[in-house]
Amino acid sequence: MPRVKVARKSTFIDMTAMCDVAFLLLTFFILTAKPRVEDPAKADVPPSSKEQAIPDDNVAMITIGQGNKVFYSVTGTDVRTEALKAMGEKYKVTFTPEEQARFAVTEVFGVPMSQLKQFLNMTAEDKKTYQPPGIPVDTTANNELSNWVYTSRQADKALHDKALDIAIKGDRREQYPAIKMVIDNLQRQKINKFSLITALRQAPKK
Amino acid sequence: MAELDTSGKGGGHKGGKVRSKKASTRVDLTAMVDLAFLLITFFMLTTTLNKPKAMDLAMPDKSVQKIQLPVAATRSMTILLGSHNKLEWYMGEAGKTAPTVDNFGKDGIRKALIENGKNVAATHAAPDNFMIVLIKPSEHSTYENLVAALDEMSITGVKSYAIVDITPLEIGDLKKNNIY
Repeated sequence: MPRVKVARKSTFIDMTAMCDVAFLLLTFFILTAKPRVEDPAKADVPPSSKEQAIPDDNVAMITIGQGNKVFYSVTGTDVRTEALKAMGEKYKVTFTPEEQARFAVTEVFGVPMSQLKQFLNMTAEDKKTYQPPGIPVDTTANNELSNWVYTSRQADKALHDKALDIAIKGDRREQYPAIKMVIDNLQRQKINKFSLITALRQAPKK
Repeated sequence: MAELDTSGKGGGHKGGKVRSKKASTRVDLTAMVDLAFLLITFFMLTTTLNKPKAMDLAMPDKSVQKIQLPVAATRSMTILLGSHNKLEWYMGEAGKTAPTVDNFGKDGIRKALIENGKNVAATHAAPDNFMIVLIKPSEHSTYENLVAALDEMSITGVKSYAIVDITPLEIGDLKKNNIY
């Protein structure tokens, strides 16, 4: 009696389509991924129900965190370079073109002008362990933070003919006087409108 | 798709020519797909989905000393931000009405804001019947408290609010309630 033979089917699946989709998605995610910069100014932002996103360019951000330390960052390498030159003139510090190029790619910094040169010449490994002292701020009209804001506003106006947006990113545990000091500095420059950076929280039902 | 048909069907073998056997061009894609999915997973997990949000804040211009129109004190509500995530609020002028100690959140300040807003709207004539809220953060309040208070303004739809410096009288009030 002949046995019934079950035809063996090949287990080889055609993976071409899957492969296509996988690589398409991979390309998408690679292209949309932003390199995450090492942020020396860690601030735990408070939540709010606002859903307005901050703009990607033309923004200066003042971060207040790690116990009243102030950090500053401004978008655009050209604005940074110009601001650094202007600050160098003001504080009588000359920066070499190499230092300027390094400053242009520094996203966030929190060092006073007197230590900036030293900070720019640090290696990447040194920066990891370095504890930035923060930018000096006080209640006088001529402090370093307000000069940074002022010079970058001027640079942005000259280069892009736009008014620079100012955003404040504060740590949730910072006490109010530290925030007030920064706000007062901005108000002295007649910046009365700025953004507070918050994390998203679900809007409560009314 | 990934393999080419090289079997050479259809051409008869009648000619008796010796043909070299062609190797299959089929490629095993398993490893490639594995790697692709691994990378997809990595990039998906590392992309930041929650971009930080911004809250616009306009401060009163200090350089312009305008003469303000008189506003009825009964329309103003003052919120004093104290320490330990506590606040107190009162209607009208300082020292005339006893402040109420309250919490942040749904059952605390939000309820008070909505109720007081309704009261002001009911007791004043339109169009000047909206409530004016003054936020006075004390030195021991945190930044989170300030943002929470500003957020309540947008949640409860308060049209007119400002951040104002605290007065010694109000600090005394906070001290009395042990939240300074």
